Amino acid sequence: MPKKRLKTGIFSFTCCEGCTVTFIELLNKKFFEYREKMGICSFRVLKSSPKLCKMDLAIIEGAISTESERKKLLKIRKNAKKVMAIGSCAVTGMPSSQRNSFSKELKKQIWPLVKRLHQLDEIKPLHDYVKVDISLNGCPVGINHLEKSIDECLKGGKHAQKF
Amino acid sequence: MHKSFDISLKNISKIEGHTHLDIAVRKGEAISAKLKISENKRFYTNAIKGMPYNGVPLRVARICGTCSPAHLSCSCEAVERAMGIELSEQSKLLREILVMANNIRDHAMHLYFFCLPDIMGKDSVLDFPKKQDYLIHNALHVKEVGNTLCNVIGGRSVHPTFASVGGFTEIPSKEGIKKAISELKEARQFALDFAGTFHEKDLSFKRESNFVALAGKKFSYIDGVIMASSGTAILEEDFRKHLERVVIPYSTSTAFEFDFKDFMVGALARVNMNKPGLNEKTRKDCAEYLKAFPSNDIFHNNLAQAIEIVHCIDRSIEELTSHDFKAEKPVEAKIGKEGIGVGVVEAPRGTLYHMVAVDKNGIVNKSEIIIPTAQNLIHMEKTMVGFVNELLRQGMGKQKISMMAERLIRAYDPCMSCATHFLKIDWREQR
Ligand code: SF4
Repeated sequence: MPKKRLKTGIFSFTCCEGCTVTFIELLNKKFFEYREKMGICSFRVLKSSPKLCKMDLAIIEGAISTESERKKLLKIRKNAKKVMAIGSCAVTGMPSSQRNSFSKELKKQIWPLVKRLHQLDEIKPLHDYVKVDISLNGCPVGINHLEKSIDECLKGGKHAQKF
Repeated sequence: MHKSFDISLKNISKIEGHTHLDIAVRKGEAISAKLKISENKRFYTNAIKGMPYNGVPLRVARICGTCSPAHLSCSCEAVERAMGIELSEQSKLLREILVMANNIRDHAMHLYFFCLPDIMGKDSVLDFPKKQDYLIHNALHVKEVGNTLCNVIGGRSVHPTFASVGGFTEIPSKEGIKKAISELKEARQFALDFAGTFHEKDLSFKRESNFVALAGKKFSYIDGVIMASSGTAILEEDFRKHLERVVIPYSTSTAFEFDFKDFMVGALARVNMNKPGLNEKTRKDCAEYLKAFPSNDIFHNNLAQAIEIVHCIDRSIEELTSHDFKAEKPVEAKIGKEGIGVGVVEAPRGTLYHMVAVDKNGIVNKSEIIIPTAQNLIHMEKTMVGFVNELLRQGMGKQKISMMAERLIRAYDPCMSCATHFLKIDWREQR
């Protein structure tokens, strides 16, 4: 019987997408292995995926800057057994959240735009809104670190389901 | 017969970043196409205000992970010009190779992962049948060589660490260079084969366009004169004078016109404007494909990208084998004078412009960044209207048109992470 694949979704919020690119670089080495062992159900840069599926693992880059991003994050959390935050935007907010610490004067200047773009008052990391199971910091996330963590998730197929 | 309908494509897949596309068809005629970029702005140009000059490039590189080496190099160039730093020949060459390395991996990702599935009639590279595994294998090989070269020259492929204001903090090792050369040689044939694949493309749409690109010696991506197919030639520092900002109310991005008209930048523009500058080996082995240029077929942008991969491989091999890189420190800036500097680099998706102004303490007090996707925006929308009308004339239905529209967007290879980046505050809204 074929082994159960690790159902995975990969998502991007407010950021530069450098961590996604790092994942895609990892595919240079791991494409065939991941294709076999991971069932990638959501990954906008590689496929159209109109609906959110139930996942064993959600890999997320980027910080949360709008209400619709916040809602989507909650929905992903609900549908995922494990959430892995990759890169400093997802883990700490920075650098995407840099405007939180702008001077009063600079904030005043950008505020009309913040409002027009329907952004929240502060840009925040994932753990401010949901439970994050695995945090991989770095800008971008270290490629070896990412590889090791995904490998661990793949090995612990059953373990992953316990969450 | 003369139907009216709307096409609304949400969250287009297989491009960089987030965008929607709305097309309105009235009485059998497409009347508008709106690209609604929904990527979220992160305020980089505001953030660097008040920052010391040397911290700027690493910060603004975070605008885009996909083309970070281009942003990094362009920002360094702008800062160097503002600070009066003259780069050594060796550093210029390393910068050129870094930008080429990024082109290899970025074009490869776009062509093989985003566009190839369209050609194969699949949704995703993940759905290719086993018998096409060799294609994926070859694609990964080319992508990886871009990565290796980025690592050797820049220290890392996403947000490189070695490139800095005044030069490079580390010089590539002999072993690294040897490894890169041998991998480049190995991957070359695959890159050439893919150029063949994109030459046999199934779609075509021609539109008279003004193509704009930095055209320099040896097809340089960092040095040259900006040429427009309309006949204008301008110096790098004068580029901004020809660009006119256009505010797009339905998007998180704004757009630009060149001399008050829409225009196109990117691989197609570069090959159109500078075909004779391509590496000799590339010109020889791509001779058949190069007959297509100059071309105003938008779908030729992908063939141009495929040819550029071969060029970047050939030129990198040539430069790496003919140079010995010696230990050298980045040139230090002399603080004490104010200045304005402009950097222009051909990023994978087209001409990238960075401007910084520093005060006499080396603190940034003004900056502007204009990215390629913003320059292509109006061109993209206008071409879309023409393209949809052509498809309507052929009797194509809504669903098929939607698919084709996505393919046209992908042919442009837009990058939304970058695109939001220069949305300016519209002061009129501030009541
Ligand atoms: S952590 Fe860095 S590389 Fe990753 S998405 Fe954020 S800015 Fe980009």
